[in-house]
Amino acid sequence: MPENVPSLSEDRIGYLEGLVTQARAAAAVFTQYTQEDVDRIVKPMVTAGMEQAQHLARLAVEETRLGVMEDKAMKNMVATEFVYNYVKDKRTVGQIREFPERNLVEVAEPIGVIFSLTPITNPTATVLFKCIMAIKTRNAVIFSPHPKAWRCCREAMRIMYEAAVKHGAPEGVFTCLESPTLPDNVYLMHHKHVALIDATGGPGVVKAAYSSGKPALGVGAGNTPVYLEKTADLDMAVVDILTSKTFDNGTICASEQTVVIDDEIYDLVLKKFAGLDAHICSAEETELLGRTVIDPETGFARPMAIGQKATTIASVVGLSVKPNTRLLIAPIHGVGRAHPLSVEKLFPLLAVYRARSVDEALKVCVDVNHAGGIGHTAVVFSRNDEVIRKFSEALNAGRIIVNSPGSVGAIGGVYNDMVPTFSFGCGTGGGNSTTDNVNVYHYLNIKRVARRTQQHMWYRIPNQIYFNRNAVENLGQFPSRSTIMVTSPVLEQIGHVDIVRRYIPPQTHVHVLVIPDAEPEVKVVMQGVEELRFYKVDQIVALGGGSVIDAAKIMRLLYESPEANLEELGAPFLDIRKRVAEYPTEKTNRARLIAISTTSGTGSEVTPIAVLIDKQRKRKVTLADYSLSPDVAIVDPQFVMSMPKGLTADTGIDCLTHALEAAVSVYSSPYTDCNAMQAIRMAFKFLPVAYEHPGDEEARSMMHNAACLAALAFSNASVGVNHALAHAFGARFGVAHGRANALLLPHVIAYNASVPSKFMPSPHQKAYVAHKKYAMIADLLGLGGNTIAEKVDHLVAATEQLLDRLAIPRSIADLGISQEDFARAVPELAEIAFDDPSWRPTNPRMPLVSELADLLWSAYRGRRQPKEPTEKDGFAYADEYSLAQK
Amino acid sequence: MPMNTVWLKSDEMGAVPALQEAIQHLDGARGEVVLDFSGVERIDVRALGAIEELAASADTKAVKVVLHNVNVAVYKVIKLMRLEPRLSFRT
Repeated sequence: MPENVPSLSEDRIGYLEGLVTQARAAAAVFTQYTQEDVDRIVKPMVTAGMEQAQHLARLAVEETRLGVMEDKAMKNMVATEFVYNYVKDKRTVGQIREFPERNLVEVAEPIGVIFSLTPITNPTATVLFKCIMAIKTRNAVIFSPHPKAWRCCREAMRIMYEAAVKHGAPEGVFTCLESPTLPDNVYLMHHKHVALIDATGGPGVVKAAYSSGKPALGVGAGNTPVYLEKTADLDMAVVDILTSKTFDNGTICASEQTVVIDDEIYDLVLKKFAGLDAHICSAEETELLGRTVIDPETGFARPMAIGQKATTIASVVGLSVKPNTRLLIAPIHGVGRAHPLSVEKLFPLLAVYRARSVDEALKVCVDVNHAGGIGHTAVVFSRNDEVIRKFSEALNAGRIIVNSPGSVGAIGGVYNDMVPTFSFGCGTGGGNSTTDNVNVYHYLNIKRVARRTQQHMWYRIPNQIYFNRNAVENLGQFPSRSTIMVTSPVLEQIGHVDIVRRYIPPQTHVHVLVIPDAEPEVKVVMQGVEELRFYKVDQIVALGGGSVIDAAKIMRLLYESPEANLEELGAPFLDIRKRVAEYPTEKTNRARLIAISTTSGTGSEVTPIAVLIDKQRKRKVTLADYSLSPDVAIVDPQFVMSMPKGLTADTGIDCLTHALEAAVSVYSSPYTDCNAMQAIRMAFKFLPVAYEHPGDEEARSMMHNAACLAALAFSNASVGVNHALAHAFGARFGVAHGRANALLLPHVIAYNASVPSKFMPSPHQKAYVAHKKYAMIADLLGLGGNTIAEKVDHLVAATEQLLDRLAIPRSIADLGISQEDFARAVPELAEIAFDDPSWRPTNPRMPLVSELADLLWSAYRGRRQPKEPTEKDGFAYADEYSLAQK
Repeated sequence: MPMNTVWLKSDEMGAVPALQEAIQHLDGARGEVVLDFSGVERIDVRALGAIEELAASADTKAVKVVLHNVNVAVYKVIKLMRLEPRLSFRT
């Protein structure tokens, strides 16, 4: 208990504990009820509430001396019938909502014991409303009514309770504090078995609820500003405001408090009010009201005025008004303590303000809003959508009521389609946890059952791929007015450019752009783009290895979309579908990109990837987007027949690494597997032949196709840590990409085939399958072995043998790199590799930086030593491999 | 299985009488009282009160109260009332 609250007697504590025990047992038993049980109880409760609406209204007026019996009866009916109409078909037990497209289900869990404080202004309606909500959601409630509304609230609760228990609700589901006091409330607010406080009332009650540390729905005071704009339907507005402000003598906290009226209509509006029995106060009368109905100490309205008739208030303060006066209207000239009537007045006294502009009107409404009404309700009358938009953006109110009465409008379900309520959430501005109209969903803990979903996958490849000898002849079918051929010096020298030119339709103007045969620099690319613009090309033919084709991809991107920002497009990403960078879709120019590969490794002729060197910033920019993919790929082996042996070996191993990494990628699919597996089979068979017999056209052709197939696979499944490490190591020590891949490959296979220290989160796969995939590859290659472990070992051995046949150095040490230099580099290389996008999120194991360092050291030492099986390997290897398991 | 086990069968209609009967048996049961809840789909406030009373009496008499085949819904009610440490459950 807080220190400043009087202590309770032992008897009183015993009494309160009894209430909690009773409610707790009821709540526990209630958890067993079904939706049908609950609905069977709610309906007769509503009927009972409707039947007793007038009786309860009369009791409320008699006891509280506030408001109007007829209006309270209406409120009781809304609290029962309208609320029922909203909740009757709502599921509040078990599965309440399903989102099949998202594989999500929401399941309701009751809250338990709710401690509910109800106000003096809307006593019985609030109790009826909360009883229906509680039963619909299987909760028990301990009510603590305002002491001056206790009898009518207790009667409302009794009516609801008897109807509920008669139809099967647990005994003790509602209880009401006898003679509630502040210490009682504080005790219960802090009680460990009270699960939620639902406090509807004044600021003190709400503050106490939130201060208790318990979950609370604290819904308190308002100060509703109204903007009556010059385009509004004035007759409607005046009647609506009058109806609302006089409803139950203004006791609804959403009722209008200050009306800000445009200058042009101000006099007319007041005249219309006066014509409907409103008394327009003089300056003296306004001043008199300000110092009598508002307490100058607190700045709040005095209780004596709350819920009283206009004539009663006038009489009490000594104001002379006609006997039929139903509303007092007091012109004010500002908001704040100097203008006492600018605060909340829960009685038929309305402040009005003359505004000279929309801007001024909005500012005054904001001032009223902030003078005790943040988050509650605001009203605008206008036919101008722009004014309504500005008003809704400027005002901080959970309910912005448009062209309808504030009080009845905010309750919902009468003038609009908002949820019917008797508790208005005011958001954080009002110290509340919600801006909603409090409803059944606030009386539930909603559980989300999230089933595993498999995101859609894709398989995207260029439109057309032509392969085998003389595939280049297909260039003839692509009409072009102006073509640029991007190529490298050596290809021009050895006559490949001439061969290609021969097949471009004769009417085409062809311009040759020779660029260095190295990873393209920004400067080179930008010069190329200038040429594309100069010649207004409609076709680009890229003839070369990966670097030339990559350069052409980026040139086309910048030619078609000059506003493209390479820095932004090269930003890192985890999932290509969710990344931040947006590749341009608007195109200023259009050019077909035809890629003719002259090496059998990168597969750049079909990939959506391009790498650029930014020398100025000393970094590589990797661009990846399917819009970069060439439109046409030509895989013609005549352009690789003259590849030197070393290049044949390095590019061939690059191809094999692409295929092996794509095969075990967590993004692999049957679509990519068929490409990857075939590429692996072809590489193992034809790479040694192409290396040892460079003139063997079949071997060259098959390796050229294998490189393209592997690229199709990794374009969709990506690669893994082998590439990440090779990028880091190759760049640091100037080792060709394919060779760097080769030095790491056997070690990475063994690494990925063993028990991961960290699994890669992967909704696409049902289990860890990398070791099985490797075993499947071993089977495909006919390597033998009876267990998965044996097959993986055979695959590693076969890879080692292939590297031996290609005379590739078998360790990093063999490259002449000293152990000291390497040791100095390894920590940084491991970090760089970890940061490399190649493995994310596709490598089957999530690598630790330390593991990447270990892999680098393994590659430094060279040939993999067969390791002794450990107990941990049982995970991977005990399981016999079979195709059926896949 | 301890000696002096008292088996009582309870169904939805008869949960309260069975629980009250179990309370009567506590004096004679030196080992445990077993209540078969197989037939009980749900319990009401009175049955819950009776379980609480049974648990309290059993505590004082050092008798173990075993609820046999309690369904999940009823188990949750007992759990919400934090009675489960004072009872044993068997299926």
